[in-house]
Amino acid sequence: MIKVVQYINQFFANVGGEEMAHIPAEVREGVVGPGLAFKQAFGDEAEIVATIVCGDSYFNENLEEAKKVVLDMVKKYNPDLFIAGPAFNAGRYGVACGTIATAVKEELGIPSLTGMYKENPGADMFKNKIYMVSTKNSAAGMRDAVKKMAPLALKLAKGEKIGASIEEGYMPNGIRVNFFEKERGSKRAVDMLIKKLSGKEYVTEFPMPDFDRVDPNPAVKDITKAKIALVTSGGIVPKGNPDHIESSSASKYGEYDIDGVMDLTEATYETAHGGYDPVYANLDADRVLPVDILREFEKQGKIGSLHKYFYTTVGNGTAVKSSKGFAEEFSKKLKADGVDAVILTST
Amino acid sequence: MHMCTVVPISLTVGANRIVPTIAIPHPLGNPTLTLEEERDIRRNLVGRALRALETEVTGQTVFEK
Repeated sequence: MIKVVQYINQFFANVGGEEMAHIPAEVREGVVGPGLAFKQAFGDEAEIVATIVCGDSYFNENLEEAKKVVLDMVKKYNPDLFIAGPAFNAGRYGVACGTIATAVKEELGIPSLTGMYKENPGADMFKNKIYMVSTKNSAAGMRDAVKKMAPLALKLAKGEKIGASIEEGYMPNGIRVNFFEKERGSKRAVDMLIKKLSGKEYVTEFPMPDFDRVDPNPAVKDITKAKIALVTSGGIVPKGNPDHIESSSASKYGEYDIDGVMDLTEATYETAHGGYDPVYANLDADRVLPVDILREFEKQGKIGSLHKYFYTTVGNGTAVKSSKGFAEEFSKKLKADGVDAVILTST
Repeated sequence: MHMCTVVPISLTVGANRIVPTIAIPHPLGNPTLTLEEERDIRRNLVGRALRALETEVTGQTVFEK
């Protein structure tokens, strides 16, 4: 029979709520709280030999010590499997579950599993390190959570092959596995399109990255006094592309001084972008980066000034993560230089 | 603020002030026109961008005019 140790918090152990969140870790023999549902799901295949109960505040405030103590407790039972949680949307509990499940797997080499709601802060922190089942956001989803966690737990304990996240119910962990689809791509695409057109549910094979949202900045009070900077993903660079910005999947951005430049010409600027027909931008880069008009506006007093530098990269298959990194860096420079507003042009 | 031709992409990535432009390879120009006509178009679009920057918005806003 598979031996299981489970980790739960003070609330699920029925010790108490927030007022008991300070209690240090303790071991109880056998099943406690949510363990009952797991016991039922496991049947004769596995037994929960011990349950570790720890206050959420205690664990998070004494992270290193709590981790060590809980690891020692787990080690004593030498289980075949470790389950932490499920934590649903309880933040400190989720972080504790992710921390301890990861430590048990990495330091003791024991298969481990946890579960929580996708927006629990522990999810992003640990879903790539440990199998983490996606649960509902409250304990009302316990039955659903156990239904997904128990079979996956048994598979892990037996060392069986774990299927894709969508089949097993764990959160995607960034690992890609090649496999052959039963149907060819053209058929799958048409099937998906028909489902979409007839308003039925379909599952994309290429999910878009999650783009964050930011609150709009307040309006610029007086644009005639404002310092405006130009930024582009259209790949405009000085002729010859001195920093060798890649024509696709760019790994860097350029910062170029346009002090005194009144007009971008064929002789002085070009595009490094490999994802659109470069003829028009190479003949006149103002078509992508409107330096000529902003100089005119500057002269006429319609804007305060055009910032001395522009920032540029190639937005062609460039990773969202890279773009974010570029912008984080040059936005700091723009702020430090007292820029009031940015015009970002894209091709 | 974001000047781009494919407005749905701009909306997807989360830009808050958006000015739609002419075409992917020449967002702020039109090579079929004379240089002066092209500058007129560009002047108009950049003017609209400045107006967008001066306008309070509460969420994603496309400045069509």
